[in-house]
Amino acid sequence: MTVIFGVFLLTLLVITAVAIVRTQNLFVAVMLLGIFSLLIAANFFIIDAADVALTEAAVGAGISTVLFLGALALTYEHERVVTKHRALSVAVVVCATLVVLYATFDKPTFGDPNAPVHQHVAPWYLENEPKFIDIPNVVTAILGSFRGYDTLGEVFVVFTAGIGVLFLLSARPGTGGARRPDNSKSSGIGLQHDLIPRIVGRSLIPFILLFGLYVQFHGEYGPGGGFQAGALIAAAFILYALVEGEQRTLEVLPKNALIALTSAGALLYGGVGLAGILLGSEFLDYSVLATNPVTGQQMGIILIEAGVGMTVTGVLLLIFHAFAARDQV
Amino acid sequence: MQFLGIFYYWVFAILLMIGFYAVVAKINLVKKLIGLSIFQSAVFLLYLTMGKVTGGTAPIYQDDVVGQLFSNPLPQVLILTAIVVGISTTALGLGIVVRIKEEYGSIEELDIQEIDQR
Repeated sequence: MTVIFGVFLLTLLVITAVAIVRTQNLFVAVMLLGIFSLLIAANFFIIDAADVALTEAAVGAGISTVLFLGALALTYEHERVVTKHRALSVAVVVCATLVVLYATFDKPTFGDPNAPVHQHVAPWYLENEPKFIDIPNVVTAILGSFRGYDTLGEVFVVFTAGIGVLFLLSARPGTGGARRPDNSKSSGIGLQHDLIPRIVGRSLIPFILLFGLYVQFHGEYGPGGGFQAGALIAAAFILYALVEGEQRTLEVLPKNALIALTSAGALLYGGVGLAGILLGSEFLDYSVLATNPVTGQQMGIILIEAGVGMTVTGVLLLIFHAFAARDQV
Repeated sequence: MQFLGIFYYWVFAILLMIGFYAVVAKINLVKKLIGLSIFQSAVFLLYLTMGKVTGGTAPIYQDDVVGQLFSNPLPQVLILTAIVVGISTTALGLGIVVRIKEEYGSIEELDIQEIDQR
């Protein structure tokens, strides 16, 4: 049964990808990319990656689509087709495909428990996680504690990307592309005249927020954690902005609050790491946060997951507002 | 299961190359970023495929079950963070595309090169 599902979903995935590349309408391509994300999330779920599937569904199918549409609104929808170097490109791609396909024959068998990837640190993590950290979700434990350095780095990459988008889109350029004046009529209308999307959207928002908080605080016990929750909460606010207009969203959650939230999240993560040093151990060692090392680890993970959630929510919303606040040239 | 394994790897290869084609052959910058997203998703699929163990489940301990077989959690952790980093970098790319549109009036690579050579 799994085989049939897997083959079906993978085939759909390839068809969608081909359609994305072939279509000349960028709006269609972006919509198909949302479908592509949802399909690949289902695939991730089949191969046991519940946490990743949740992230991909929230980020890929939700927020990424909105950001691409925001960019399209500021540019245009129809791509020009140029056939100049197509034969050369196809030749290069076909050669590369053959090389990659040849390489797949050397890969370990799918699902083989003796594959090299299952021999290194992963069994140690699985075996010792109940002893050191003792939370049911091993993915969250590795993300927060065993691999805390990696996650700290990723959070700062997200943070830096957010700052980069603000730099690019908040500046007032010399020629054209001015920021929209605050009192302009076009800002803040949203979908207020479309009754059904407005009512449905508004009634969905509290549930999305609630689910986001559940995913945040239940991440130790089931699939979830700061990254997924951040994306979900950001999605709720983006939905509010789409329904009620950007201006009203900024009244609920002003830009300064978002910047504070983003920085506070990153600082909370770094701060928990420093607390480890101050209490006499190493950076990002949570064992010393409480008298019982296992409780300390759990406290540390909850704190850093909160930091991750805050930063991801803040950055995604800042990026959204940066695109939404810009006027088309 | 054997067939599905080969199928997963081949779909990875094909998706990777579809994304690669969009990056090298298309001149529209938004389309290139879309291609890059597909390329990235293909890599995610490869990592997670390698982490799967036959008969395993998602790596979450349950109270009343002993001797559970789990798929490898490590690739999942790497990819989970990579997805969120991916959307942030894509957003940065889109920001650059929007600025290019404002300065050059076009997001087609050929137009931009032409304007630059003037």
